[in-house]
Amino acid sequence: MFYREAGDFKTSYGEDSQTFPIKFDRLRYFAVLAIAFGVVPLFINDYWANAVAVPFLIYAIAAIGLNILVGYAGQVSLGTGGFMAVGAYAVYKLMTAFPEVSIFIHVILAGGITAAVGVLFGLPSLRIKGFYLAVATLAAQFFLVWLFNKVPWFYNYSASGQINAPDRTIFGVFVTGAQTSAMAKYLFCLVMLTLVALVARNLTRGTVGRKWMAIRDMDIAAEIIGVNPLTTKLSAFAVSSFFIGIAGALFFAVYLGAAEVGEAFGIQKSFLILFMVIIGGLGSIFGSFAGAAFLVLLPVFLKNVLVGTLGWPTDLAAHIELMIVGGLIVVFLIAEPHGLAQLWRVAKEKLRLWPFPH
Amino acid sequence: MPDIVLYAAEVTLNGLMAGVLYALVALGFVLIFKASGIFNYAQGVLALFAALTLVGIQRGQVPFAHLINAMTGKHYTNFPWEIPALLAILLTAAVMVVLAIIIEKLVLKHLVNQAPIILFMATIGMAYFLEGFGDVMWGSDIKTLDVGLPQGLNEMIDNTTYNWFGYGFFIDNLDIVASVVAVLLVTALTLFSQFSKQGRALRAVADDHQAALSVGISLRFIWILVWSIAGFVALVAGVMWGSKSGVQFSLSLIALKALPVLMLGGFTSIPGAIVGGLIIGVGEKLFELLIGAPFLGGATENWFAYVLALVFLVFRPQGLFGEKIIERV
Repeated sequence: MFYREAGDFKTSYGEDSQTFPIKFDRLRYFAVLAIAFGVVPLFINDYWANAVAVPFLIYAIAAIGLNILVGYAGQVSLGTGGFMAVGAYAVYKLMTAFPEVSIFIHVILAGGITAAVGVLFGLPSLRIKGFYLAVATLAAQFFLVWLFNKVPWFYNYSASGQINAPDRTIFGVFVTGAQTSAMAKYLFCLVMLTLVALVARNLTRGTVGRKWMAIRDMDIAAEIIGVNPLTTKLSAFAVSSFFIGIAGALFFAVYLGAAEVGEAFGIQKSFLILFMVIIGGLGSIFGSFAGAAFLVLLPVFLKNVLVGTLGWPTDLAAHIELMIVGGLIVVFLIAEPHGLAQLWRVAKEKLRLWPFPH
Repeated sequence: MPDIVLYAAEVTLNGLMAGVLYALVALGFVLIFKASGIFNYAQGVLALFAALTLVGIQRGQVPFAHLINAMTGKHYTNFPWEIPALLAILLTAAVMVVLAIIIEKLVLKHLVNQAPIILFMATIGMAYFLEGFGDVMWGSDIKTLDVGLPQGLNEMIDNTTYNWFGYGFFIDNLDIVASVVAVLLVTALTLFSQFSKQGRALRAVADDHQAALSVGISLRFIWILVWSIAGFVALVAGVMWGSKSGVQFSLSLIALKALPVLMLGGFTSIPGAIVGGLIIGVGEKLFELLIGAPFLGGATENWFAYVLALVFLVFRPQGLFGEKIIERV
């Protein structure tokens, strides 16, 4: 009834190629933006920001980044944690070296540095494919974490080996450091996520995205019809690492405030983000959001139920949480291997015909 | 002889022994990958689960004691008995077979014909589940595993090498036992797959699923069989690693160490897993001794294996003994 292209006439090329061609989609998109920017900040408090909203926004950025690499370009990577660490340490070095430059620019630059590192580790993907590549990206994960642990220059020779985010402001409002309000954290991450999602959505709709998908579906065939595998694969690695670097920078500077590389950016993080992408749906921007929301909310929910309501000891609850997350992943893969995004697509198909399905 | 050569020789020997243990885990991967095309990330957690179960059975722990106590408010910990090591190992092997059947029935059966990446993710999900399950069942404290294997410095080698070179090599008895067990295990597996009926069926399935089905081999039975064997290999690996460094969460991380071993050797080759394990074991120990510790600040063992495998694969994408990758449009 609501969700249909009928009656939605396009009279210019601009309208025809807009990001959301269906009116209902477009309205929904603006409504979500309005609520996210206008309503949520009024009600957000420290608990919701730190437990749910900020991690969701940051993981969504990382998931979009990984989804570009795995879902669109078909190059499986287990090095996400390592690339996030690059973003975090890059932003830390930039923040401490150039305190007068805006943190916003630092975060973008950190993304750029991560992109360069990503391209470097993406080079073997021209020779190595499939699972061999997945395992090869583990080299990035372990090597980068080791590097940030062992070379004191990266953590400015601090005695603890930790990095601590100094206080930085945008328009006079603190966005990093101890004095940051929940609203500032939330809005800063939200702005970044909106930018990333817009760029990602439009990249994947255009020439670049189609090249990625051609390489994903079969790289030799793509090469034969004139897609250059070198630039395509490396651009996928670059864009993906750029987003993941931004996510890592925000994760350290805004969310954690202080980080120890092995703990914050270990192999577990790589798997967590890969799960988000798979559960959300490979090759879907909406799926990245859905997967991130699911895996951020689920542990919070389980913890509240098991520890808060049932009063079980925390370590037992943590183990049960592992079981449930693992079990759910398997159940999900069996029930819907294309993830939450596929459920959404099915729902949209149904909506188009509703209430007269025949 | 200069000292560094002696050190290097000792480290090489120790690296060989460590490599055997890596190879043990990698072996489980290869078996499952060959028979079902599944890249089984849960292999390391299987080893952890097997070791936990073995300790639990041996000590007569009450399974799920923690959970039952939390729900009922009682304080169960142990049954009033202890079970001899050999019987406990047999019982654990039985548990692993049951686990294989459950995995096949609940997970694999429903995921036939899915893309490899989906199957891989499913095994990661299984790994998470089993990790939580093992901890809930037996408790997450660090346990010592003792099935009566000899441990500590091997005096005979120490004395002999001291007499020869004036410097005694430190070789752990446990490593020697592990190597012997690994050799026996590989021999047994090779004999099984070459000369038994099930072994032949296994190789047929590994060759071609559809052709194997068409001559009447039950794919599901083969999968249960191969997961049981992988479970048994995991048990052996769990016993060895558990005796060496205690049964704890980090045991499941050896699976990650087995991955570069696999890449070096090729995913489909049993000899490859062993040779790869030895190369990685020796390589990372020697690199740490000669380059890592003096020049790079140590702890290079964390990544050396992966980088070695990465560099190696750039020149030979299918690994040492893997099947040649032929790509067609």
